[in-house]
Amino acid sequence: MHELLEGSQAVARAVGLCHPDVVCAYPISPQTHIVEALSGMVRTGKLVNCDYINVESEFAAMSVAIGASAAGGRVYTATASQGLLYMAEAVYNASGLGLPIVMTVANRTIGAPINIWNDQSDSLSQRDSGWLQLFAIDNQEAVDLHIIAYRLAEEISIPIMVCMDGFVLTHATDVVDMPTQEQVDAFLPSFTPRESLDIDNPRSIGMMAGPDIFTETKYLSHRAMLGAIDRLEEVSGEFEAIFGRRTGRPVRVLGAANGSDSVPGRHGQIAVIAMGSVLGTLQAIQPVLRASGVDIHLIGLGAFRPFPSRALAAAIGQASRVVVFDRAIQVGIGGVLSGAVRRAMKGSPAPLHSVAAGLGGRPITEDSLAAIVRQAHAGDLSDLTFMDLRDDVIEKVS
Amino acid sequence: MFQIVIHGRGGQGVVTASEMLARAGFAGGFQVQAIPSFGSERTGAPVVGYTRFSESKIFTREPILTPDAVIVLDPTLLRAMNPFHGLASGGWAAVNTRESPNEVRRISPDAPPTPGHLATLPADDIVREYLGRPIPSAALLGAFAALTGKITLQSVADAVTHLFKGKVASGNIASAEVAYKWVEDHRGQEDVGAPNGIAHVDADRPTEAELPHALIGSPEVSNA
Amino acid sequence: MVKVNVPFMQTGTLVVGNRLLDETDRSVQAWQGRPSCLTHGHRACQGCAEALAARWVLDTAMEVTDGKLMVANATGCLEVFSTLYPESAWKVPWIHSLFANSASVATGIAAVLRARGRTDTRVIAQGGDGGTADIGLACLSGMFERNDDVLYVCYDNQGYMNTGAQRSSATPPATRTATTPAVGRDPGAPFGQGKSVPRIAMAHDIPYVATASVADLRDLEAKVRTAMSHRGARYLHVLVTCPLGWGTKSADSIKMARLAVRCGLFPVFEAEYGEVTASTPIRDRVPVEEYLRPQRRFAHLFGPNGDEIALGRIRHMAERNIRQYNLCPEGSRS
Repeated sequence: MHELLEGSQAVARAVGLCHPDVVCAYPISPQTHIVEALSGMVRTGKLVNCDYINVESEFAAMSVAIGASAAGGRVYTATASQGLLYMAEAVYNASGLGLPIVMTVANRTIGAPINIWNDQSDSLSQRDSGWLQLFAIDNQEAVDLHIIAYRLAEEISIPIMVCMDGFVLTHATDVVDMPTQEQVDAFLPSFTPRESLDIDNPRSIGMMAGPDIFTETKYLSHRAMLGAIDRLEEVSGEFEAIFGRRTGRPVRVLGAANGSDSVPGRHGQIAVIAMGSVLGTLQAIQPVLRASGVDIHLIGLGAFRPFPSRALAAAIGQASRVVVFDRAIQVGIGGVLSGAVRRAMKGSPAPLHSVAAGLGGRPITEDSLAAIVRQAHAGDLSDLTFMDLRDDVIEKVS
Repeated sequence: MFQIVIHGRGGQGVVTASEMLARAGFAGGFQVQAIPSFGSERTGAPVVGYTRFSESKIFTREPILTPDAVIVLDPTLLRAMNPFHGLASGGWAAVNTRESPNEVRRISPDAPPTPGHLATLPADDIVREYLGRPIPSAALLGAFAALTGKITLQSVADAVTHLFKGKVASGNIASAEVAYKWVEDHRGQEDVGAPNGIAHVDADRPTEAELPHALIGSPEVSNA
Repeated sequence: MVKVNVPFMQTGTLVVGNRLLDETDRSVQAWQGRPSCLTHGHRACQGCAEALAARWVLDTAMEVTDGKLMVANATGCLEVFSTLYPESAWKVPWIHSLFANSASVATGIAAVLRARGRTDTRVIAQGGDGGTADIGLACLSGMFERNDDVLYVCYDNQGYMNTGAQRSSATPPATRTATTPAVGRDPGAPFGQGKSVPRIAMAHDIPYVATASVADLRDLEAKVRTAMSHRGARYLHVLVTCPLGWGTKSADSIKMARLAVRCGLFPVFEAEYGEVTASTPIRDRVPVEEYLRPQRRFAHLFGPNGDEIALGRIRHMAERNIRQYNLCPEGSRS
């Protein structure tokens, strides 16, 4: 049913439809509305057989999630920014233990300077943590991805972060087609853990692995992560069969002239690559740019981990130039996403431009995006650009 | 696309207003989007909310830079900033103030010059009658409905009912109705100043306990 | 209830000869069906009192819960020596996640059990003093204040023995550790620092807090039973000798723990809902020197260059414990 909902409320309801056994969270903007809503659902009995635990830190939130998941429970938590960093040790531990926890990251930057606004520095800082990271373009995808995340995580025993831009999505009120309980039940089987704490079959979970075996554990993680690309694609297809819309593709082409979401880029086109809500604004300017002779081939990444290198390279196709809108940078190197794109493009002659956009909540305007793309079209865009950089401030410092 | 910017101060219900406005537009068949402009706002700090109406799916996520309409919840903002910045030509504005439209135009030169496109109303006075405190968002939406015709008064009432219950709901709806009628009654009288205050009504006002808590669940107060 | 030792002096020790006792009075280790939760083959040092205490605690809890027990373990000696892949010495559902989070992991396990109505299965979290008093204190406090249905057991060997005997906040003053060497003007760990986790636990007003030592296993067992008879957050602090870190003979682990109790430096008591309800009187009190002298970590206090001032301050600590917990009540032998 189509409803008008704040993103956070919609996500909370989607999580509720997945019937978690345990929800544990520590409040941090902009994640708060999600967990507030879930605590209310538990208190009012809308979410039954579920325990909501007010923990004392994000580190404890992930630790409680680890215990609950290891005991065979379906677990949910949410965080952002400093909170994700504070739980980082446990984040790596959860994936190492193969626990299919689902966590929303309400993407927010990382301080100092302290800043509560949106970019994607937080989840991207955890890119090597062994978690899957799925990125939502809008709140419909945010809702759908949580349901997909439980299905996939529990199947492959890898935890998943569902990343949605903080404030821009979490606090935006949009029309969302809320799934029904019947749909979710048809799509998401009850959780049967691969192994769990079991009094009838005692196991030791989390043993020490010496040099004789550690490399193998990492190799197996790597292999499982690679396998997750195809599985995500398949699960996305199964999702469409039940819910009537395709959500969760690791790579999709947006607004293609023929409506296809996997058409490769053509010579003369500018491939524009991004993750998250900025894709919406890029979609909005696509027709205008096209009309003015700037043909942008818009590629949305739905997953950063696993990184769908092959599908991305195929989607870029023969595009003459690549512009990546980076929502997080590796200081001293450049964009996080563009670094990964560059690796996926190995052998491609197309120049790649990294554009750091919307850091710490700097509004990403249609005009600024269009100007960047036009610059690229004219061959005037440098390799790394900080969009809308305030020269007056920079000059004062230097 | 029809884009509305709502200006107010933390605690006045800016975020609630932009969401209620979206709900009213949704009821009227529009595709809608409401995005609050967030910060570590505290009670009294200027807050902005953005609402979009569209006949087709809304893709953009940029803040509204060139609104088609502006709603000003707090009279003191007129002298503190330019709430009409970027207002499209032929744009609309509904302003909570006791000043007349022309006085508003004098204070703020970007206010809509088009006759019939600027409504001023003493919304605080109206709302105080029904709620006992100045939370003018629903009243301004009533005024917006009368001014632009983009939404109906009934859809404002429905949006209020979706969020509030009991006397808080009925007080807000009554305020919206009075505000709606105020704009209707003053249509074409732009040069007539709004009187200081309104006739007092015998309303069953909500108690402190019935009013929404200022902090709990208020999206305008965010902790960094 | 505190078990008061019955001296069966003919054995030369305080160990109660189980066969002389009524079956109901026998220890869990006399039970033929004892699970030996921490079984043989682990890699603990010779004389490791932590291994002994952990086995007693968990075997008792297994008996009480009829085998329905799950354990969350902090990083530390206990984890490292018991579960080096591919071998595990645990015969109980057991998880190790991190150093600081065993209390939180246990909370998560208990939450799932509660959500699924399986509250007959109980949860124990355990860790060393570093994982409890230092890095894990926030998670522990969170578990306490929420009154989660978890028994947390701290095996206190008074330092980071797993990493080579560095100081923790449970290391007593004057102790020589790898990070508080016995050099300089005030050798060893500083006076006026450190913390009492049992008293921190009591400040949370949780149902049950107790201390015990590996010297009195029947008392330890009784306290586990009492702890398991409560619901909610419970805390058990067990003094365990570390021959390696303390510099004592492996054969003396029980003796050293007993001396710690008998000199008054380790008070054995119980508390319910924040109030001390019982303390175990010291039998045959000994001077602190008798406990300190055999330990190489205190060697700098003795001999020609000994530190009489430090010894005096340690004596004062023992006196204070005795006063505070009423360890030498009127009429007791001391």
